[in-house]
Amino acid sequence: MAPGDLSTLLVWAAATAFTIALFAYSVDLARIADAAARPRQAARTAAAAAARVPAMAGAPTVGVASEVAVAQATRTSDATPPTDAAGAVGRSARAEGIARATGLLGVVLLFTGIALRGVAAGRWPTANMYEFTLVGTFVVTGVLALLHRRRAIAFLGVVVMGMAVLALVLALRVLYIRADAVQPALQSYWLVIHVGVAIAATGVFTVAFATSVLQVLSAARSEGRSRLLAPRSGRLRSLTGRRVTGPRFAWLEQMPGAARLEALSFRLNAVGFVLWTLTLIGGSIWAEEAWGRYWNWDPKEVGTFVAWVVYAAYLHARTTRGWSGRRAAYLVFAGYAAVLANFTVVNLFFSGLHSYGGIG
Amino acid sequence: MSGYRPEGLDDTFSTGASEVPVAPTTTTSDAARGIGVVGWLRWGWRQLTSMRVALLLLVLLAVAAVPGSVFPQRGQDAAAVARYIEDHGAAGELLDRLGLFDAYTSAWFSAIYLLLFVSLVGCILPRSRQHWTALRARPPRTPRRFARFPAQGEGSSSDEPRAVAERAAAVLRRRRLGLPGYRVDVHDEGAGVWSASAERGYLRESGNLVFHLALVGLLVAVATGQLLHYRAQVLVVQGEGFANAQASFDSFEHGRAFDPGDLVPFTVRLDEFESRFDPVTLQSRDFTAHVTVTEPGGAPAAATIKVNHPLHAGGAKLYLQGNGYAPVVTVRDGAGEVAFSGPVPFLPEDQVYTSRGVVKVPDVSGGQAQVGLVGYLLPTARQGGPEQWFSVDPQPEDPLLVLAVWSGDLGLDEGVPQNVYTLDESGLTQAMDGDGPVTRYVRPGETVTLPDGLGELTFDGLRRYVALDLRRDPAVGWVLAFALLALAGLAASLFVPRRRIWVRATPGEGDQSPTTVVTAAGLARGDDVGLAPEVERVLAAVLGGSGPDGADPVGRAAAQDAGG
Repeated sequence: MAPGDLSTLLVWAAATAFTIALFAYSVDLARIADAAARPRQAARTAAAAAARVPAMAGAPTVGVASEVAVAQATRTSDATPPTDAAGAVGRSARAEGIARATGLLGVVLLFTGIALRGVAAGRWPTANMYEFTLVGTFVVTGVLALLHRRRAIAFLGVVVMGMAVLALVLALRVLYIRADAVQPALQSYWLVIHVGVAIAATGVFTVAFATSVLQVLSAARSEGRSRLLAPRSGRLRSLTGRRVTGPRFAWLEQMPGAARLEALSFRLNAVGFVLWTLTLIGGSIWAEEAWGRYWNWDPKEVGTFVAWVVYAAYLHARTTRGWSGRRAAYLVFAGYAAVLANFTVVNLFFSGLHSYGGIG
Repeated sequence: MSGYRPEGLDDTFSTGASEVPVAPTTTTSDAARGIGVVGWLRWGWRQLTSMRVALLLLVLLAVAAVPGSVFPQRGQDAAAVARYIEDHGAAGELLDRLGLFDAYTSAWFSAIYLLLFVSLVGCILPRSRQHWTALRARPPRTPRRFARFPAQGEGSSSDEPRAVAERAAAVLRRRRLGLPGYRVDVHDEGAGVWSASAERGYLRESGNLVFHLALVGLLVAVATGQLLHYRAQVLVVQGEGFANAQASFDSFEHGRAFDPGDLVPFTVRLDEFESRFDPVTLQSRDFTAHVTVTEPGGAPAAATIKVNHPLHAGGAKLYLQGNGYAPVVTVRDGAGEVAFSGPVPFLPEDQVYTSRGVVKVPDVSGGQAQVGLVGYLLPTARQGGPEQWFSVDPQPEDPLLVLAVWSGDLGLDEGVPQNVYTLDESGLTQAMDGDGPVTRYVRPGETVTLPDGLGELTFDGLRRYVALDLRRDPAVGWVLAFALLALAGLAASLFVPRRRIWVRATPGEGDQSPTTVVTAAGLARGDDVGLAPEVERVLAAVLGGSGPDGADPVGRAAAQDAGG
């Protein structure tokens, strides 16, 4: 089998692995939601469990508020195998294990697929939209695997794996083109640096975006706001159960707090922003060598600039009184939308100097 | 630390060190009323340099940058703009008046970024002054109570308070991982209490300021480049050359501060042009122009120009921007005189180099018409049917010229500059025969007669040509330097932790003496996951080996969330 075909096969395999991981994370999330949705029942179970293993969990004495007991029970279930009575409450260790293992397998498969693609084309595999999507997905899932090294956040897993599967299938079905050498304009080591850094930045921004979504949901729930999907008419009444304050979102209470998520999102966005700046500078140096202008207001350059400015606004908003937290997160959404639009809309609907996508 | 802070900046680091809680800053429009012009100006300046306005301007800048990629821009494609205005009539003209076709030089776009830079300078300069003072200042004194700090710890030691404080100072001063240690002061607080106050990470604020000032430098460098640059385009046929002078360029534009008389008069000759294409997809794989460059006073030197590898000559860079074929033709008029002879560049229109061009033949003998030959060059011609020809390969395997013949007045005598690639058909009549327009097919080496006694045309051969862009921008090195400086500053401002740590040693009371109670607290700028571990590390090192109690400092840092 030719390396190019083998590469395609491996990418399909990676997409499959990510699908399994997506399922496993969903199961994990469902379990967490389930446990959080029945606090009374959980409290009873927890009290029983706590009574059985007092030494291990350092359980509070009988008579403490049930919330404390719930928190205690969740922590207990972390430490005990799922066969234990307390293990049925909260996260599913088995689902989480499967999710992590298949996620990691997918990352390895995808990496091999990308490497073989490079071998088949005889060059660095970041020259068209198909390859950009593959490498971007690799970075995103790699960052997720890194974040989940110590503790898995099921929601983040669901979002990132969902996006990864979607991106890979889109890449294979829509963006795919034959592995081939590139035109003279792309024959430069800057293809490795500029595009590589851009992909890494996109990947990091993706995880940061998912974290910010989680942060906003979490903050909304803890503050009792449910405006996100509040039913305005009878037609939407069926969505009542999906309000952030409703039972369907009870799993949010098992997540790290909004402040912690915001801090995580910021750290990721800070790394992404520096990489994005490097993308801009590297692109300018390459443009100077290839086109004789370091800046030409090409649609791609404009898109990159807009995203950069929005993320700069985000960094400022974080330190501005009255703008930190939820409002800053909205700027993350805007910035990420700009990053995505810059990759999709600009590549497909605008013609400019960056028209290398490979899609007619 | 009561220094300058931009309006609206939420900075618990600066305020957290002082004992008083943060009071909301008292500048509202109410305060500004009735204080005259100066008061209003001051109020306006405070607003402009405030965080909120900076934020607003950033968002505005992002929004204002979008229309320029939606509408065609004169700077990139003037023809597309003209087409757009023609297609959209009054709406197009309105958009033009609003500057949407020159979006990035328009008044509204310039206003936004200039205001942003004024806001930036107004914010950064006072901060730089303040940071300059802070750089030479001592760490803030140890606060009386540690309870409100995000990271805390405590333990006990059997050593004297003074010895503990000095050991803490030594621990904090130590370099770690090659990075400078803390700047530390040891204080005698009276009643036997000693403390150490420490601060590190001044580079964080330095980086922040360097980043913003480098952006100003970047803007100035770009503007300087605009003033001093020149850009020219020239088309060179194989075997021919050009001198770096305004007269030899097809197009030339330069900044206001550049004098075209300062062009360094080097010459470039195109010796050969090589191209390679993928045999299956026909995609281009390599273009190389072999040239001979002669700098003033220098000997001719061979060089190559490739895409991504411009040639440096006379302070300018030469970029390979395009290439194509120039058929060499000779046209004799009806009287047998040579009316035209030479290469005519044809512009490629597709991947297989189907190229369009015009041969404009002047009248040389009396009583002859001017002749315009317009048509296509097919590098590798194949016949698809009667009168149906197309090219199947970009390489010249089997070239064919397909020409329609026009005669009359080409307008060559008026001396008005005209586009050499198009034929203005007004004042011309097309040669016809019984079936319709006459088309002449001619291969290299062949001669065909032109209809209506217009003479004959010989296709002598095919040469390559290259389109070169020349550009000089003396500020480009500065642009790069400021961009890299901004990147370095940005990385420092985001990743260097700025921390303050205090350690206090208090003599134990009652039956605890002679033990010393050691407490520690930490404060960081922004989110700093490393702060709590750092406080614990320092405390452990201070207490290390001083007793069974000391080995196990109680860190309370983890229990406290850094807060919103």
